[in-house]
This record gives sequence, structure tokens and C-alpha cells, in this order.
Amino acid sequence: MTITTPNVVELEDAQFFWPGSTRTTIHIPKLHIAQGEHVFIKGPSGCGKSTLLALLTGINTLTSGTLSVLDTNLISLSASQRDHFRANHIGYIFQQFNLLPYLNVLENVLLPCQFSKVRRERTHIEALSQTLDEQAQALLERLHLPNELHTRPVSELSIGQQQRVAAARALIGYPELVIADEPTSALDYDNRKAFIELLMEQANQANATLIFVSHDPTLEALFDRTLNLPDINQVSNLGALS
Amino acid sequence: MSAVVKLAWKSLMNRKATGILTIMTVAISVVLLLGVERIRTQAKDSFANTISGTDLIIGGRSGQVNLLLYSVFRIGNATNNIDWKSYQEFANHRSVDWAIPISLGDSHKGFRVMGTNHSYFEHYKFGSKQPLTFNKGREFNGLFETVLGSDVAKQLGYDIGSEIIIAHGISDVGFSRHDNLPFKVVGILAPTGTPVDKTVHVSLEAIEAIHIGWENGARLGPTPKAQDLKNRDFQPNQITAMLIGLKSRIQIFSLQRQINTYPKEPLSAIMPGVALHELWGMMSVAEQALMAVSSFVVIAGLLGMLSSLLTSLQERRREMAILRAMGARPRHVFALLISEASLLTAAGIITGVTGLYTILAIVQPIIQQHYGIHLTLSILSTYEWILLGFVQCAGIVIGFIPAFRAYRQSLSDGMTIRI
Repeated sequence: MTITTPNVVELEDAQFFWPGSTRTTIHIPKLHIAQGEHVFIKGPSGCGKSTLLALLTGINTLTSGTLSVLDTNLISLSASQRDHFRANHIGYIFQQFNLLPYLNVLENVLLPCQFSKVRRERTHIEALSQTLDEQAQALLERLHLPNELHTRPVSELSIGQQQRVAAARALIGYPELVIADEPTSALDYDNRKAFIELLMEQANQANATLIFVSHDPTLEALFDRTLNLPDINQVSNLGALS
Repeated sequence: MSAVVKLAWKSLMNRKATGILTIMTVAISVVLLLGVERIRTQAKDSFANTISGTDLIIGGRSGQVNLLLYSVFRIGNATNNIDWKSYQEFANHRSVDWAIPISLGDSHKGFRVMGTNHSYFEHYKFGSKQPLTFNKGREFNGLFETVLGSDVAKQLGYDIGSEIIIAHGISDVGFSRHDNLPFKVVGILAPTGTPVDKTVHVSLEAIEAIHIGWENGARLGPTPKAQDLKNRDFQPNQITAMLIGLKSRIQIFSLQRQINTYPKEPLSAIMPGVALHELWGMMSVAEQALMAVSSFVVIAGLLGMLSSLLTSLQERRREMAILRAMGARPRHVFALLISEASLLTAAGIITGVTGLYTILAIVQPIIQQHYGIHLTLSILSTYEWILLGFVQCAGIVIGFIPAFRAYRQSLSDGMTIRI
């Protein structure tokens, strides 16, 4: 990491506790993530991983301290502005059951474009000759999901395939930041590794920064940098909520 | 916002079973609401269509609704008869254009027999001043000839030339039949959609003739043979009621007063329109009760929708979390639920209206036959559109409850998936 690379995430003196609770869940003096980095954040259950992600995505706001994502001070934004910001700039992958059961594969991938004009337009600008559908299909192909699956209901897909659809959905419209919350926990080791490599490859192609959260230390080696959350979160050992 | 409506639609399609049930509950309530409204207005129309062009109805002294019901609708019985002399006096009154005598009291297999004369076929009007027309045959001329309403002929399978036996009173049982004096069918009227269809018409003279020997209400004396009767000249003594048309309608009130204060006999003269109005007034309580019941059914239907939406929310928390992660704002989640409620209600209304027309098409002939009420399959009236508009609005308003709950849930859950 060089000094010239701009930071995508800058978290300083950050403290957070859930409303109604007096116990601090997060207390991180400093966390910087540079653009294009693939960061692995590990830690046992209950160390504040999910809370950290809720802060980075703007679902919750810091109780004190500063947090800027993509040079935007999230604390100064209103709740709906943060929702807007998330729709425009962040791709998100859940642990499992990422997809809406009533949409087919392609519709699931295009879901973020329904809520973000920016991502819809960026998809067009990056690929002038292609429609949104074609873009999504190309992305799915690159994630090894063949054409014949694209109009299938998602329930017909295997867990591994579903997670790749989720990855495509996180990457559509070129968001600057992709956050994955234990997306491989339901996969076996070989699938896990293949998934992560594919995800990284596509993140690189889209020039996106990747934050990958997991309690599984075996994945660590695949990433540029590993952060052990209990080390940087000074209250993590007390946190009952994660 | 159209994206959210599309999502709502697809989400509903994914929960077809509960969705269809919800739509059915709304649809059934809409069928009931519109059905009650239809029957209410069309029964009124049908009643109002039964008589037209008649300025006054005269009968023995009684309430105007009672007189209207027995003279025109053949519902109930006359309290008193009017003397033939009174009939002649008013029929020949200088302001009277025409008069129709009516004599009721006998029946044939459940259908009322009415004695009248030629004037009836000439002057009786129904609907928008339509005269009576014959499907087959002609008016009665001879003593033992009869003209049937279309329903009578159809239901009992009579045709020109058939012979029928008339019973004394309205219950057609063996010992009360005028069975030695059969009547021959000479004419069948075209359908009118009024009680005329269910009436057996004979001449006033025939009514007199068949009651010879029945003066005390049952067959006591010897009854003469048909052949003997034909040679006699019958003059009616009494009739049940009379319908009159005036030369000029300006004279209605003065003639009405004259009749009501007629010194020789206690009589009542009523204007059909006014009496109908009073009848509606009496029925309005029942109408309101029916409307209230159907409104409650609509409310029950919408509450059914509410409960199914609320139940679904718990199992859809994951869906909401995913939508939030994709950048949906809580207000999108709110809109999603409102859209669902609106779509369900709209689908229910459409199904209900379709169902109503199907049912109407099926029951129309049955109702016509049994109650003489003609239901027309007309397009939705303004009032019905307003009712449907109310149902749709109520559906949307009810949608606010699950929508607000989902909104609060998605605010507190954020992207955390809670199951």
C-alpha cells in the first residue's frame, strides 16, 4: 500500500453503542482501507463484525468519531442520503439466501439498478453498446453462470451458484466498494476458494475495493491484508452483540 | 416507483395461494356489496316500471301502499270492494279519459286471476308507457275465454286452445275449484317483466258467472251449466279496484278529493307515484340494513387481507433486509406493502365485478321467473363506481398498517437478517 493511493474508508476514534445500551460495541481508534485493496476482516462471532459493516454501509451511524467512505462524511448525511449513498456506491453480499425468491436470476442481478440511477447509468456508460440485461448477462457469464440459467427461478440453483449470482449483483453498475459478509460460510472449501478468486478477479476488473468479513482463518492467505477485528476493536472481547 | 409496484406484483405472484385467497375474500365482499346495490335499484326500477300512464288508482278505503300493492302488484288482498255504480259514476266523469275495472280474488295454480274488460288491453301501460301486446291470439270476447300472461303460459305449458279451471280464492284446492266451468285460452301476452306476466285475465262477466251459487264463499247452491250461463247477461255488482287516466293531469287533485270524500261509499284514490314513494320510504330501513351488512362484509374482507399481510411480514424480514442492502429506503419498503395491498384490493374488485356479472347472468332468468323482477346486465353506474372507489381507498388505507410496521421493522433491522 502506497501513500499516494486514496483511502476508500477512513474510520477514526470511532465509538458506537446500540441505542438503549450503555455498553460500547465498537471502539476503533483508526481503520483505513485504500482503494483497490482486498481486505480480510476476521474475528470470532460477537466481536462486532456485523456492527462494523452496518456502520460502513450507513445503516447505523457512529455515536462519536469520524467515518468517511469514498471521501463522503457519512455522519453528516441523513438516513435517506445514506441509503442513497449505499445504493450508488456499495455492493453487498450476505452470508446465504442472498436472493429474492420471486425474481429470476437476471432480475436479482439487476435489483440494485432499480434503486440507483447512478449504477444504472454507469452500467450504460461503461458499456455503450450493451443494454442493462446484456451487461448483467456478461457479468454472470464471467462468474461461470451459463446463459440458460439466467431466466430460471433462483430456487433451482445450487448454493454455490446462488452466491455467484449474489456476487454479480454486488458488482453490477461498478460500485466502488464491495462488502461481503461471510459469503462462503455455506460452501465447501474448494467452492469457497473458487468463489473468492472469482470475486476478486471481477472486483479488480471493476476496480472495486473489497472488504471480506469471515471467522474462517483459512481464507486469510487469499487476501492482500488481514485485519483481526479483536485487535483493532478495543471493546470487542466484551461485545455481546455482533 | 413503478419498480416497486413490479416488485410487489412479483412478490405476490410468489405467494399465490394466500394471494388468491385474499383476492377471493375481497371479491366476495365486492360481489355482495354490488349485488345488494343492484337488486335494490333494479327492484325499484322494476316496481316503478310496472305501472305507467295511470293517474289514479281507486279502491275501497285503505292505506295507499296497501291499495297499490294489491291492485297493481297482486300482493296481499283487498280490504273492501267498490260498488259497480261507483265505478260507472267515475268512469263516466267528465275529466276521466279512460277507466279499467279490476276484479281480483280467484286464482289458477298459484297465479292470480283478474277480471277486467277491453279497456285494460287498450289503456294499461307499463315501463315507459308501453302498451300490452299479444304474443299469440287475441283478447277475450266470449264468457269463458281467458288471456294469459307470458309466465303463466310458459310455466304451465299452456297454448291457445288449452282449457283451464279457476279456483275460488288464492289457494287452489279441490273443493274450491270452479271445475264445472273451464276457460279456454284465446290469447297469450308478450312478456312485460311485471306482474301482468303472472296474471290470468278473464272478463268481469265471467267472474260474476262462475260465482253463481258461491255467494257465501263456498259452493253451496247448485251451479248452472256453462251453456245456460252463456245466454244470460251478467252485470257485475262489485269490483276490487279501478285504474283511471285523466284527460288532463291538472285535474288529478280535484278528482282525488272528490273520490276521497265520495258520500255514497268510502273510497280511496291514490297516485301510483306517490304511493310508490311511500313504499320506498317504508323499505328504506331494510335497504339501509342490507347496505350496512354488505359494508361490514367488505370490512371483514379487507381485515382478512390485513391479517394475511401482517402474517407475511414476519417471514419476509429477510426480503426486506436484502432490499435494504440493495439501497432500498424504508419508504420503498413502505411503498412495497402499500402496493401489495392496492394490487390485492384491485384484483379483488376486478374478480368481484366479473363474478357479479357472471352470477347475474345466471340468476337473471330465475329471478325474473320467481319474483318478476327484471335484472338488466347494465354497465356499472356512477354510484357503483363510487362504491368500488371507496373499497379501493379502504384497501390502500388498510395497507398503511402493515406498511408502517414493515417500515419500522426495516429501520430497526437494517440489513441484519432476523428470522
